[in-house]
Amino acid sequence: MKAQHAARMRLLGVIRKESWQILRDPSSISIAFVMPVLLLFLFGYGVSLDASDIPLGIVIEQPDTLSHSLAGSFERSEFFKPYYFNAIQEAQQALDERKIDAVIWLRNNFSSSLLAGQEAPIGVIINGVDSNQANITQGYIQGVWLAWLTHFAEVQGQALPMPVALDQRVWFNAALSSRMFLVPGLVAIIMTLIGSLLTALVVAREWERGTMEALMVTPLRISEMLVGKLIPYFILGMGGMLFSVALAIWQFDVPLRGSFWLLILASALFMLVALLIGLLISIIAKNQFVAGQIAIIVTFLPAFILSGFLFDINSMPMIIQVITHIVPARYFVAILQTLFLAGDVWPVVLANMGALFLMLIFFFTLVWKKSRKRLE
Amino acid sequence: MKFELIMALAIKEFLALLRDKRSRIVIIIPPIVQLLMFSFAATYDLNNIPVAVYNRDAGSLSHELISRLEGSPNFHIIKRIHHEAEIAPLIDNRAVLLVVNIDSHFSADMRRGQSTSMQVILDGRNSNTAMTAMNYLRTILLDFNRNWLEKQGQAGVKTVLDVRNWYNENLQSRWFIVPGIVCLLTLVVSLLVTSLSVAREREAGTFDQLLVTPIRPVEILIGKAIPGIVIGLLESTVIIIIMIMLFKIPLRGDIGALYLGIVLFLLSSTGVGLMISSIAVTQQQAILGAFLFMVPAVILSGFSTPIANMPEVVQWLTYLDPLRYFLIIVRGVFLEGDSYGLLFNQYWPMLLISIVSLAFSGWLFRHRMY
Repeated sequence: MKAQHAARMRLLGVIRKESWQILRDPSSISIAFVMPVLLLFLFGYGVSLDASDIPLGIVIEQPDTLSHSLAGSFERSEFFKPYYFNAIQEAQQALDERKIDAVIWLRNNFSSSLLAGQEAPIGVIINGVDSNQANITQGYIQGVWLAWLTHFAEVQGQALPMPVALDQRVWFNAALSSRMFLVPGLVAIIMTLIGSLLTALVVAREWERGTMEALMVTPLRISEMLVGKLIPYFILGMGGMLFSVALAIWQFDVPLRGSFWLLILASALFMLVALLIGLLISIIAKNQFVAGQIAIIVTFLPAFILSGFLFDINSMPMIIQVITHIVPARYFVAILQTLFLAGDVWPVVLANMGALFLMLIFFFTLVWKKSRKRLE
Repeated sequence: MKFELIMALAIKEFLALLRDKRSRIVIIIPPIVQLLMFSFAATYDLNNIPVAVYNRDAGSLSHELISRLEGSPNFHIIKRIHHEAEIAPLIDNRAVLLVVNIDSHFSADMRRGQSTSMQVILDGRNSNTAMTAMNYLRTILLDFNRNWLEKQGQAGVKTVLDVRNWYNENLQSRWFIVPGIVCLLTLVVSLLVTSLSVAREREAGTFDQLLVTPIRPVEILIGKAIPGIVIGLLESTVIIIIMIMLFKIPLRGDIGALYLGIVLFLLSSTGVGLMISSIAVTQQQAILGAFLFMVPAVILSGFSTPIANMPEVVQWLTYLDPLRYFLIIVRGVFLEGDSYGLLFNQYWPMLLISIVSLAFSGWLFRHRMY
């Protein structure tokens, strides 16, 4: 009874000490609240894969009704902003100078060949440096062209160019707006950063100043110290998390189709993993310099590239796919994208939460073992 | 200006960085490992997209269409389903990215000359993946249609889009992403090296000692900037060699134009790093500052998503981002074969950023004291 009481006192003591430290040092609070707002605003508005007003050069060598009607179709499309050139050389130069992203080239025999039923190819040149953007541009050009062609065939009374049409139904995100999937992913990335930075930096400073050793000579047990350190930062991190979710829903209009409590539960699990990774970094690093470096290297970039937030994991080489399994953000991104856009899909949510739980146990054991060893 | 003083300070900075085994490892190993890992990982190309087929048509035409899907390296048919109710769970659980749904009168309609359609149900949780998959499908379908019309002797309208992709002929996203990763890692390394260099000394109190020595603030500035630039140059050279040898990214332009870009970029990023370091009172603030600069700098640079898609206000902000210019230079020199002339508009903003940030940090040395 007495021992239990003492343990509770010790734990509360650490929590109190950590909470004071957080409140007195504005940097922790700014990590937890200022960073998510700043980053989410910047990312939410800055990151988009939806192209519009693509600068498109149109070369018409022989102006006539047909070529104008095709150019008019591009003019009316919301995806393009046409610029006209008289010769292909001029358009190619503009492409070289990055003034336009693509060129449509109607040669001087285009209309006559088309009407005579001869081959009338349309030249298309796309700046392929950004291959993803080039693919999207090509898809848009194809769409405008097909619509124009169908109309032309109807007028001419000829066979339709597409006996089989593509009838697409996109679930969860019918408008294919990239913000809908990027914002939930960004929440995961921002939380990875914040969770691990909070503990990595703050605790590394204690190691550096020697106050950690001072703590260890007190009757405080290691597990109590770890839990005592985690709780205040956990509360702080969850505050930041809620803030980001609110921004995603109300500022960026991302629908939350799944259950709110499930989202909180998954976030709590992920936040603990991130905080533990931060603790682990601070224990390994010993000083703030190395801790900061490791935090930059192992948190932000892997979460950005290996989490499936932007790049499709299934398309990565096998060995990289295996590596993505040790990136906790991978699981959280899957959970967030599903909970926000699709709803409570239990198989997806449970499998990913299970993985996060295993990581939690793994990192807790590792941190516990490492911090004990540090004393010897 | 005393050259020996600057060199002495630079050597001291190098020692401070490289003496500790951990920080030595942290500066050298991760950039190389990350280049390899991320370059393989970061691709927008899709292959082996998991597909389920729900084909109710008994005719041969639908089978022909499906075998075209099967033959494509982009798609991998993992399941053939027989009930409509099976579609939803497959998509919900992310077992497949898309389900191809073909009506029972597909072949009959086609033979009668009626237009018909192939329905595709896609998982839109990642809209970019969905859109790319749709583009692949559309290409297959266009080909199938043309083939069918030719076989029918209905020449119809004889026009095709003859698409050429310049600079990246096969649209390999690796050619786009790997140069971006080079820029990213150069930024990370130079920021890591410089952002703490002043803050650490301030925290330890040795910076005040440095200020009372005969060495002038300009000389301190140069001495502190040298390690970042030298380490950045060495690492970017190694990374560029790996990029050419291993990833076979073609170097089409002038290597001098590339190195001019690297030097200017390193000047601007060390300038920003030193500025953060001089503003910060503690190391913790310096690290946070480096983060707060680095993360938006990456996002707004056009590394992964085009700047042209951003709202106008955000586009203005990107002009402050040195990484933006550097990315255009690296991609321009490598893929587009650019030389000095075309890149002039990328060089001078970086020079401007360097001058402003370096001058400001030099000024802060003396004017921010506690």
